[in-house]
Amino acid sequence: MKVEQISVFLENKPGSLEHATRVMKENNINIRTLSLAETVDFGILRLIVNDVEKANKVLKDNGFRVSKTPVVAVEVPDKPGGLHSIMEVVSKEGINVEYLYAFVEKSGQNAVIIFRFDNPEKAIEVLLKHQFTVIPGAKLYDF
Amino acid sequence: MIYNEEFETMPREVMKALQVKRLQQVLERVYHTVGFYKKSFDAAGIKPDAIKSIADMKKLPFITRKDLRDNYPFGLFSVPMSNIVRLHTSSGTSGRAAVFGYTKRDIETWSDLIARSLVAAGITKNDIIHNAFGYGLFTGGLGLHYGAEKIGASVIPMSGENTKRQIMILQDFGPTVICSTPSYALHLVEEGTALGVDMKSLKLRVGIFGAEPWNKATCDEIEKAFSISALDLYGLSEVIGPGMAMECMEGRNGMHVYEDHFIVETINPKTGDVLPEGEEGELVFTTLTKEAGPLIRYRTGDISRLITEPCRCGRSHVKMERVLKRSDDMLIIRGINIFPSQIEAILVGIEGLKPHYQIIIDKVGALDSLDLQVEVSDNIFSDSGSVKELQKIEQRIIKDMKDYLGVSARVKLVEPNTLQKTEAKIIDKRRY
Repeated sequence: MKVEQISVFLENKPGSLEHATRVMKENNINIRTLSLAETVDFGILRLIVNDVEKANKVLKDNGFRVSKTPVVAVEVPDKPGGLHSIMEVVSKEGINVEYLYAFVEKSGQNAVIIFRFDNPEKAIEVLLKHQFTVIPGAKLYDF
Repeated sequence: MIYNEEFETMPREVMKALQVKRLQQVLERVYHTVGFYKKSFDAAGIKPDAIKSIADMKKLPFITRKDLRDNYPFGLFSVPMSNIVRLHTSSGTSGRAAVFGYTKRDIETWSDLIARSLVAAGITKNDIIHNAFGYGLFTGGLGLHYGAEKIGASVIPMSGENTKRQIMILQDFGPTVICSTPSYALHLVEEGTALGVDMKSLKLRVGIFGAEPWNKATCDEIEKAFSISALDLYGLSEVIGPGMAMECMEGRNGMHVYEDHFIVETINPKTGDVLPEGEEGELVFTTLTKEAGPLIRYRTGDISRLITEPCRCGRSHVKMERVLKRSDDMLIIRGINIFPSQIEAILVGIEGLKPHYQIIIDKVGALDSLDLQVEVSDNIFSDSGSVKELQKIEQRIIKDMKDYLGVSARVKLVEPNTLQKTEAKIIDKRRY
């Protein structure tokens, strides 16, 4: 049920992100959703793409430091309390969220939240037990 | 003023004779007490008694900093540990540092050398000395301290931190002498000026600076900023510490090498050939009186020139020019000696880090800065994709640099292949 996120190390300087997006454009890789974490010196670009293996390869071939990170995608209704309903469950189980980002799916009915948990296996188990919709990777890449 | 007239003004022929006598004694002693010298003399096919003159010295093999490290920690001591009363060490991780021992008599010799140096700067028992050389394993602080007490001056053992407090003490205690690295002196000026202190109005009249390269322009700047005379003091921890050579107030042209305790040669750093006196080359020092860790033909890596013309101060000892260049890749950062290989050893010691790195040294204001750019390896950018993990690595590098080498570094993680393999690993933007 886990989703593979592509994490790309970027130096904090003009042209870094442009280079990464250009490589993906030229290789016809579509980005489903993304987030960019930043510090003073560097950033990490986190991507959910349509073709994980290809993105991993072409970015590496172009000199980027890339890793594949297991994350969990959860679908909730796009209304007040949607995210909170997930947080309630995972916090009760003592699961920690390292970071998260979200997007609204095309129909506009639901939001998809991408979580990096400290313990993804346990998080998935708990979420399924509480009837949440956990989106498997294969489905999300073609969303 | 001269502290030790007899030895400091000794006629050169008498000095040469004294040097030869002391040299023969020390050669016999190291040959029979230090395994390293026996091996190295035997390998060169030379026996101590074959050295009959200073000119014969060229037959003796050199000792290098690598030999000091290879014999870490106590391999070069020529006396039992029970006779050692003090240990100092260079920076560096285990096996990459060098350790320097002192017997009771070595401490006395060293104090005497500093006493001579202070007196050469016109300092007396009526002076108050603000000693901002680092105390501790570094030889600067304690070295100056003992010599200053020896002449009866009042010493403030400031060491090298707490700049604001130093400025307060400079104002309140009214020291007449300051000892520090030249860059720290300029840092005090910057900070003092920012606090609204008129540094020229302090009671300081003379400063003794060393432990890092500084040129005439820096000297002028310090003299003007404090309204003092700024004199150059030379020393290497490996040999004994500060007090091997000192600029005299009367001459203001080069530092007198205390030749009754050291023989100084200049060599061509590439060939090892001894150069005629007066030609620029690498300084090679031999200790004549050191008991604990005598050094025979130690290659300092410092490039300088000897001045043999008589000095108006009356000292007969040869002088050496300011050291502004090195024959190797040693870096001097805020007075601390560091080799790139020591930085590499630290990076290798951090799990998962591949030492593709570049060191950029520059000045921020008066002080040296060290920026370390490290390429992110696959291992450290593993599966979490989290900022936290990378920041942990950055903090670890900063901490290890501080703990082992004693320098504050700024670390920046960079993308792979941004540091060209052909590019220099060190970019030193400082100008002397």
